[in-house]
Amino acid sequence: MKNEDLYNYVLRLGDDSLILGQRLGEWCGHGPILEEDIAMTNISLDLIGQAMSLLDYAGVLDGQGKDHDALAFLRFENEYRNALLLEQPNGDFANTMMRQFLFDAFRKPLYEKLLESTDMQIAAIAEKSLKETRYHLKHTSEWVIRLGDGTDESHQRAQTALDLLWRYTDELFFQTEEDTTLISLGMVPSMSEIKAEWSKTVLSVLEEATLVIPTNNWQFEGGRRGMHSEHLGFLLADLQYMQRAYPNMKW
Amino acid sequence: MKTMDLQELEKRFQEKIDKEIKIEPNDWMPDEYRKTLIRQISQHAHSEIVGMLPEGNWITRAPNLRRKAVLLAKVQDEAGHGLYLYSSVETLGADREATIDDLHSGKAKYSSIFNYPAVTWADIGTIGWLVDGAAIMNQVALCRCSYGPYARGMVKICKEESFHQRQGFESLVTLCNGTPTQKAMAQDAMNRFWWPALMMFGPSDDESPNSAQSMKWKIKRFSNDELRQSFVDATVPQAEILGLTIPDPNLKWNEETGHYDFSPINWDEFWQVVNGNGPCNKERIEARTKAKEEGMWVREAAMAYAEKRALKKTA
Amino acid sequence: MSNREWPLWEVFIRSKQGLNHKHVGSLRAPDATLALENARDVYTRRSEGISIWVVESNYVHASDPSDADSLFEPSDTKVYRHPTFYEVPDGIKHM
Repeated sequence: MKNEDLYNYVLRLGDDSLILGQRLGEWCGHGPILEEDIAMTNISLDLIGQAMSLLDYAGVLDGQGKDHDALAFLRFENEYRNALLLEQPNGDFANTMMRQFLFDAFRKPLYEKLLESTDMQIAAIAEKSLKETRYHLKHTSEWVIRLGDGTDESHQRAQTALDLLWRYTDELFFQTEEDTTLISLGMVPSMSEIKAEWSKTVLSVLEEATLVIPTNNWQFEGGRRGMHSEHLGFLLADLQYMQRAYPNMKW
Repeated sequence: MKTMDLQELEKRFQEKIDKEIKIEPNDWMPDEYRKTLIRQISQHAHSEIVGMLPEGNWITRAPNLRRKAVLLAKVQDEAGHGLYLYSSVETLGADREATIDDLHSGKAKYSSIFNYPAVTWADIGTIGWLVDGAAIMNQVALCRCSYGPYARGMVKICKEESFHQRQGFESLVTLCNGTPTQKAMAQDAMNRFWWPALMMFGPSDDESPNSAQSMKWKIKRFSNDELRQSFVDATVPQAEILGLTIPDPNLKWNEETGHYDFSPINWDEFWQVVNGNGPCNKERIEARTKAKEEGMWVREAAMAYAEKRALKKTA
Repeated sequence: MSNREWPLWEVFIRSKQGLNHKHVGSLRAPDATLALENARDVYTRRSEGISIWVVESNYVHASDPSDADSLFEPSDTKVYRHPTFYEVPDGIKHM
């Protein structure tokens, strides 16, 4: 392996994009209104595109000639490094938007910092992805506010989504011992900086949305170490179906 | 100013049509022209939207990330095309949601092809190649439709759709040049989609009562049978390049006519599927109805928020 | 407030710097902010634009096609508004 620490880091980024892109793809054709169906698919397309760039780069760092498809389709469940938040089922539209918002609010400051990475490849991916992510965050913020401050029903649904998803948010800021090396080399930012930005965004949007953060702050983690929820297996069964059923074929 | 009588208005309308002058939303038009367009364009829009479902089934299972992105973009385009078409319908004074309700109640029809299941990955390529190919054949003709908004919508849609058929064909080339399993998968899809694709052009001319009037109004430019024949003529050589067999023992080139002859179509099956008895009619309408019903609270929430904001502004 | 659907908006796109915004179609949206975002997602999927206007369709006022004769035909006879109406001697340049 050429650079195991960086590989692990990039894999986490790539898997986040991959798994969330896959989840959003499930909405295509089933959105609450045509305009929003198209908007969600755009986000999904951006995420799949990011996953391709990130996993390709992970493959380069791994040095065994794996491309994005080899990494996306041919690992076992416990080899995926996405955060638990992203594999959670879509649920209703409020749940999907809340999940996306909590993630976008994390991804935007992360990409902003990764722009300055001493690793040129990461900086380049961050530059392209940041433009996309800024729009995602704007769009999902608008929706969280509208759902939270819309009708009684939408408020209830948005609050339920927040209550359910809040416990997966700390894991986004997971940092390993090895990451400290990357931070000292200026390749990646420290997660504490990102978390401060994230909190600021999340607090201000939730306030405008009249939503409250759950008082019980018990948090789950595991995805970053390959310990996933029951949901990932089913997601992978779909994602990997063709590659597993028809091994070694070109499509 | 004297008011023109109906006959005079109709005469002037037909003169405009004959002179190839486009009809625009606020222009006078016969009620029947308006009704025909509302029915045809909304049917077309519904077809785009229902058409998202069979392919949408495969988004989560696409075999690699490139194909996944292509499929997402394609199905998304269909949503966009449905939206452009609903826009055209709304210029005629129809309400988009009301026409959608007609779809869900079974009052409005959509293309029968989408009532067939997409059961293997090869179906995705085949739908792109045959179904989009047939649709394009129809839509190119509609770019010259006498109603301006519909014609302009079709121009935009045709431009965007040209990638749909190509990506399907490309996907099938990969399968046909792949393993025997893949080739067999492609042939199986061909066997299932060929006849439904031919049915997409609608009943034969002698069974198509509205056709003559639509041709006179230049809503339609070619008859169903003419378009179907053009499609067969264009598609047979493509199948040969793929090395796929068309499931019709009577298919052969006719030197005299300069066209391919083919077997009669099973119209019983066509009418059964159109009238709700295809393999997936129920599932398709259920899925669309569910999306609309489950989206209701979302649309209401956004409206309620907009109203609150507007109040705050004026307060 | 059940069964209330979103209002219709007309969408105008500037395809590149230096050109006018041009009407491209319509869409449904609850307010101007989402109308702009929806327009971006629906009408600029293939880099069709760099700037968007949205106008709620209710606020568009149109001339009546039955008045077209009296509105627009009178200018047809005013050919002196066009430079080709005037003859200039051969050899005159830059005019």
